[in-house]
Amino acid sequence: MLRAFFILMMRDIGLSYKQGGAAGLVIAFYAVAISLFPFGVGPDSAILARIAGGVLWIAALLSALLSLDRLFQADYEDGTLDALALGPLPLPLVVLAKALAHWLAMLLPLVILSPLFGLMLHLEAQALPTLFLALLIGTPALSLLGAVAAGLTVAVRRGGALIALLVLPLYIPTLIFGVGAVDAVDGLASVSANLNFLGGLSLMFAVLGPLATAGALRLAME
Amino acid sequence: MHWFANPARFVRLADRILPVAMLLCFGLFATGLYWALILSPADYQQGSSVRIMYVHVPSAYMAMFCYLVMAAAGFSTLVWRHPLADVAGKAVAPIGLAFTGLALATGSLWGKPMWGAWWVWDARLTSVLVLFFLYLGYLAIWGAFDDRSKAARAAAILALVGVINLPIIKFSVDWWTTLHQPASLFRADGPRIDPSMRPPLYLMLAAFQTYFVVIFLWRMKAGLAALKLQALGAMPSPKQNHEQRHDQHHEQNLATRTEEAL
Repeated sequence: MLRAFFILMMRDIGLSYKQGGAAGLVIAFYAVAISLFPFGVGPDSAILARIAGGVLWIAALLSALLSLDRLFQADYEDGTLDALALGPLPLPLVVLAKALAHWLAMLLPLVILSPLFGLMLHLEAQALPTLFLALLIGTPALSLLGAVAAGLTVAVRRGGALIALLVLPLYIPTLIFGVGAVDAVDGLASVSANLNFLGGLSLMFAVLGPLATAGALRLAME
Repeated sequence: MHWFANPARFVRLADRILPVAMLLCFGLFATGLYWALILSPADYQQGSSVRIMYVHVPSAYMAMFCYLVMAAAGFSTLVWRHPLADVAGKAVAPIGLAFTGLALATGSLWGKPMWGAWWVWDARLTSVLVLFFLYLGYLAIWGAFDDRSKAARAAAILALVGVINLPIIKFSVDWWTTLHQPASLFRADGPRIDPSMRPPLYLMLAAFQTYFVVIFLWRMKAGLAALKLQALGAMPSPKQNHEQRHDQHHEQNLATRTEEAL
């Protein structure tokens, strides 16, 4: 069972870097979206440093959103999902494997690049490790919650805009604690408390997300 | 609860409750509004604008109450496949959306004289705004599916995910910032609001609750009637197209004969 889990995960990661995969596009989107902000609010370094944490987190949310509608779509359309549902792996674990693959392929590169963009937005040097850690701990929740919305809309035509409406309100706690961790570096609040909450959210959605998504996929496959 | 699995039985019960609820609703609103707007004292700091509270607090309460009803309906859709639960979920969502909108609007009107701004990014306002978005998402997913039973179950899953998330959103937004006064009516150590303002507020809460019962039962009856019409083929379901219209005529003749059975 563990083997099936890893094979499925590696397949999904591989597919997102092959031709037609979206991983490269998502990284490019992240870079472009972030570089729009200095144009929007002006190049003043004090303002940019103040909003950098929020900008990087919101760009990460939107990048995750951008790639969610393909999470189950291709497998649903060509029947792979039916085969997976009949396979040795329980459907919630199939979902977990695909959500983890989504995180590893799409979001982990963003997390690794984020200190670089933090520097470009004049974020203080001491906040960069916190930013990296917060994104590392918090972004799995984005993939896991996003899977629920992707599962609910997989049978819906033009589901992309619907996913945004369903999932963005649910991303708010992750955003709050994520930005909270970065802002807490000035010492006025606790960094570790924010990081703990982020970890708690990711772990909770690792349990609840796949169960809800499996329910949604089952009704799509009827 | 399974006693209600028969829609006809439910409609009969609803017809018995509705006149009473309507009468109660009118009575409560009349006395509640009179007491709240004319008899009750003005606040020593806020003046007469405190009277917005008598509409604002009940609508905020109803906004959350409706979400709980929606989630309970979603739960019984998924667990028991209760035939009325789908209808209930679809019936309650627009009511909840309306109350949430009313809570936001009255809050904004109250905020202008009190805080000097129409909108403040304070914890409570923000979490009610998020609740508004959750209602929109729920309604959007009802509209997205052609198949009614799939739509009902997808919406039910979303309602349950939402109800698990609501306390987290609430908590995280509280953590984020707070400017709104802390809870003053429902507290463990008893309400902290002036005694002279309590009775009209309770009356208004009761009035909103009975108003909800009336509208909810009406919408349930309308939803059941629409389902029945759809089953009889008189009203095209979203999936059916115009080419199927002419055999519907035939079906309809058949349907009038079988209506008793249904």
